[in-house]
Amino acid sequence: MKIGSAGTFESNDCLITVKKHKKIKIDIKSIVIEQFGEQIEQVIRATLKELKIENIYVACNDKGALDYTIKARLLTAIKRMGE
Amino acid sequence: MRRSLLFIPANSPAMLQNADVFAADAVIFDLEDAVALSEKDAALDLLDQFLNKFKLNSIEKIVRINQLDSPFSLLDLKLIADERIDTIMLPKATSGNTLSLAKKLDRIEKQKHMTKTIKILPIIESAKSVIEVSMIASSQRVNGLLLGGEDLATDLEVERTEAGHEIFLSRAMLILASKANKIDAIDTPYTDIKNEDGLKKDTKFSKGLGMNARVCIHPNQIDAINEIFSPNKNEIEHAKKIINAYQDSLKTGKGAFSVDGKMIDKPIIERAQKVIEKAEQWNLL
Repeated sequence: MKIGSAGTFESNDCLITVKKHKKIKIDIKSIVIEQFGEQIEQVIRATLKELKIENIYVACNDKGALDYTIKARLLTAIKRMGE
Repeated sequence: MRRSLLFIPANSPAMLQNADVFAADAVIFDLEDAVALSEKDAALDLLDQFLNKFKLNSIEKIVRINQLDSPFSLLDLKLIADERIDTIMLPKATSGNTLSLAKKLDRIEKQKHMTKTIKILPIIESAKSVIEVSMIASSQRVNGLLLGGEDLATDLEVERTEAGHEIFLSRAMLILASKANKIDAIDTPYTDIKNEDGLKKDTKFSKGLGMNARVCIHPNQIDAINEIFSPNKNEIEHAKKIINAYQDSLKTGKGAFSVDGKMIDKPIIERAQKVIEKAEQWNLL
């Protein structure tokens, strides 16, 4: 199965890994999950909607990334998966 | 006009987010040497999203693209060359690839219906580009020249030294080409980031040769570089005296006049005007 991954574990970044799945499934680990967990999920869902992708698993390991970084890493990971 | 230009690796969110925190006159988002081959795609996506989010209106935004003969440069230009940026920094510049980049930007600006003209900042970092520096500088989009001392030394098969004799002629040729075309002469980075005294000494020497600005590879270098390339208080006061005396001479119809016992002529007036122009731009008046 093809997997795509982008980003790092450095501060202000996130590591996003994606693979094909029967529907959208999102797992988030974050140092700020309490405060920003929902927002991170919203960014991921909005990006997937923009790309019209409905069958993907997204794992986001967040180290305090801002929205633009989460979106950028997700876009790169999806391209690397070959979507 | 610039004094300091700060390099920022385009694949580092932490550094991108601090782009306008420091007092550099320009930031250079680096897609080339600061990004590993395997991360070129990620850096480009990250920079694209960053530029969508942050406008950085008060600072010149420069992007160092990958070499024009690499497969990455076309992707860089396609995604990044638009209203969000001011200048493209061209690595390994020659007269040929500077012209080629200008033509590509002509097409991109037309396709994207852009209202601004993206400028080009070529890096003079090979013997060939030093030889061609005058032609490179005369291209319409070029608004400055940057000396790339490290790559140039490699091409010249010499070691870089603290004294910098090995790049003296190249510095001088770049300065002459810049001044002849009224564009910025920008010096090579000082690579020993922990040696502040060395940075100051070399930058004063560089200014004395005619350089206008210097690139910074660490934010710690910005203040010293800004200070050295800014007119100091005495220079500003003296320039004001000259301009005031010049304006008086125009009113009274006196052709020649003196300030502090020294005769003032046209080149001195022009230098004083330049000092005041710089002081105004950098809020030093």
